[in-house]
Amino acid sequence: MGFQSKGCTLRGTGDKMTEIAVLVKRVPDTNAQILVSGDRVDLSAVKWVMSPYDEFALEAAMLHKEAKGGNVTAITLGNADCDKVLKDAKAVGVDRIIRVWDDSWSELDSNQAQSALANVIRDLGINIVYCGKSAADTGAGSTGPGVAERLGWASASNIIGLEFEDTGVEAMVPAATGNARTGVSLPAVISCDKGFCKPRKPNVKGIMMAKRAQVEVMSSDIPSSSVNIISHSPPPKKAPGQTFEGASEVPRVVAALRNDANVI
Amino acid sequence: MSETIVIAETRDGELHPVTAELVSAANNLGDSTTIVVPSTNDAAANSASSIAGVSKVIACVGDCFAAYDAASWAEAIDSCAPSGVIVCAASQNGKDLASRLAARRSISVVQDVVGIDGGTLTQPIYSGKAMQNLSLNGDAAISVRANTFAAAGDGGSAEVSVMNQSADVATAVREMIAKASERLDVAEADIIISGGRGMQDPANFANLERLADTLGAAVGASRAAVDTWEEIPHSMQVGQTGKTVNPSLYIAVGISGAIQHLAGMRTSKYIVAINKDPEAPIFKHADYGIVSTWEDALPVLEAELKALLG
Ligand SMILES: Cc1cc2nc3c(=O)[nH]c(=O)nc-3n(C[C@H](O)[C@H](O)[C@H](O)COP(=O)(O)OP(=O)(O)OC[C@H]3O[C@@H](n4cnc5c(N)ncnc54)[C@H](O)[C@@H]3O)c2cc1C
Repeated sequence: MGFQSKGCTLRGTGDKMTEIAVLVKRVPDTNAQILVSGDRVDLSAVKWVMSPYDEFALEAAMLHKEAKGGNVTAITLGNADCDKVLKDAKAVGVDRIIRVWDDSWSELDSNQAQSALANVIRDLGINIVYCGKSAADTGAGSTGPGVAERLGWASASNIIGLEFEDTGVEAMVPAATGNARTGVSLPAVISCDKGFCKPRKPNVKGIMMAKRAQVEVMSSDIPSSSVNIISHSPPPKKAPGQTFEGASEVPRVVAALRNDANVI
Repeated sequence: MSETIVIAETRDGELHPVTAELVSAANNLGDSTTIVVPSTNDAAANSASSIAGVSKVIACVGDCFAAYDAASWAEAIDSCAPSGVIVCAASQNGKDLASRLAARRSISVVQDVVGIDGGTLTQPIYSGKAMQNLSLNGDAAISVRANTFAAAGDGGSAEVSVMNQSADVATAVREMIAKASERLDVAEADIIISGGRGMQDPANFANLERLADTLGAAVGASRAAVDTWEEIPHSMQVGQTGKTVNPSLYIAVGISGAIQHLAGMRTSKYIVAINKDPEAPIFKHADYGIVSTWEDALPVLEAELKALLG
């Protein structure tokens, strides 16, 4: 299973069936340059990948299945361009791949996206959902807790350790004063930080299977949008900084931090 | 008349100072600000009532607030808070709660707001490589990053009403594993001094810790440092796959300034870089760059700061 020593280990005992889902999102590679042209980001040239934290969620979902049985369904939200991330999930062994979309949709706000996902998850009879702690594009981290609330489920976010139990999971949740070893009963949504598991790589057989796999498309009712995106802009330009040569200049920097910047 | 509801940020039952910044944010959004203070008692609410520019304080009191549990917190707070735009801190739990509250009310959530100008909210997207400007068309829950707004002053005397809540907790803390060190977390700190692979040995982080003690700062690290040395925990990592921070001062020592590191700290108000390589990309983002080895620069820095701050 390739566990790292930082974080906690996993163990499994019983064999009660669980219906597991993992939410995966297609995002620009984190190394991609993001250009703004006109008043919108131009993503036409970026390389697309599965959002990095979703890889840990996917691994957690697979480990959950291996420990407790059940099926893993990978779910994404988006148009047909997003099939690739589902195929990537299929290649490491998920049972079912579902894309939530309707051709009448364009960009969905959080309220719409979470409603659509929650409706599909409810219909599928899922009882545990794994997702990344945030997606690399928005960085928001809203989907996990938002979907949980709509379903009336428990949630634990940003987890850094995980153990599987018969009726739930035990998650390590970072808190201001340390880490909270937290019992979470199913049904629940678990949003994953990195570090507690090592995402598996697909093998040749998995990749072949994924090529042939069918993406199921599901739709849902959604509320109307309540956020208007006005524009995108490049990050504000900072005034150019000053560079000083050598340690002997440190006192000048300290003086500037005190007198000009007022931060010490 | 639009009402804005600040959900107070608390730590161990006490009001966190960022709450006063949230009040300023709220006052930018609407004409009347209510603070809801979730706690096991009304002490924090009483301290919130002295924040200037607040029309009402609601002490949302319940046993569920003993430890963070998203479901019960959202349920209890939702029943105390009037309708309107909800403002939370963009902390780990604040963002989680904003999502829950928005979902509970079937409204949208806008995270990590770093600017409010008239009706336009600005948030970073793609790890700060671009900004998104948006307007709200109805109520929403938003989270606001620390250091975005100046804290509202004190001198207020808003009335405090206590609302007792009982919500069933959905998750149970079985054990708190206290931090190995008492050090401030990078996510909580207003000054951060971070070390990278250029520190060469984890033992050399002791130099950063001494400086941090003088400055009241937290110690952070690059991913290369965390991945290379077992002694440097992931909780210290700043960047794309670590923590996103927004301190007043960020000091990067022996850090090259990779795009994924910048993703976590580029919005810091002031950035100081100490690096021996004049070509290191971090210098392009630093307000004050010092081209030097840390071995040479840190003793001078320590002496200067000690002289200044005692
Ligand atoms: C998907 C993904 C996510 C990532 N997430 C993160 C993240 O969250 N955070 C993060 O930090 N990185 C992240 N990275 C890694 C990132 O790309 C860099 O590899 C990393 O930030 C480099 O760390 P560093 O600057 O400490 O090391 P290096 O790049 O090795 O730089 C070391 C620097 O130290 C300087 N130096 C050496 N000796 C001295 C000395 N004696 N005195 C002064 N200076 C000296 C060198 O000149 C050099 O600039 C991520 C990468 C990927 C692909």
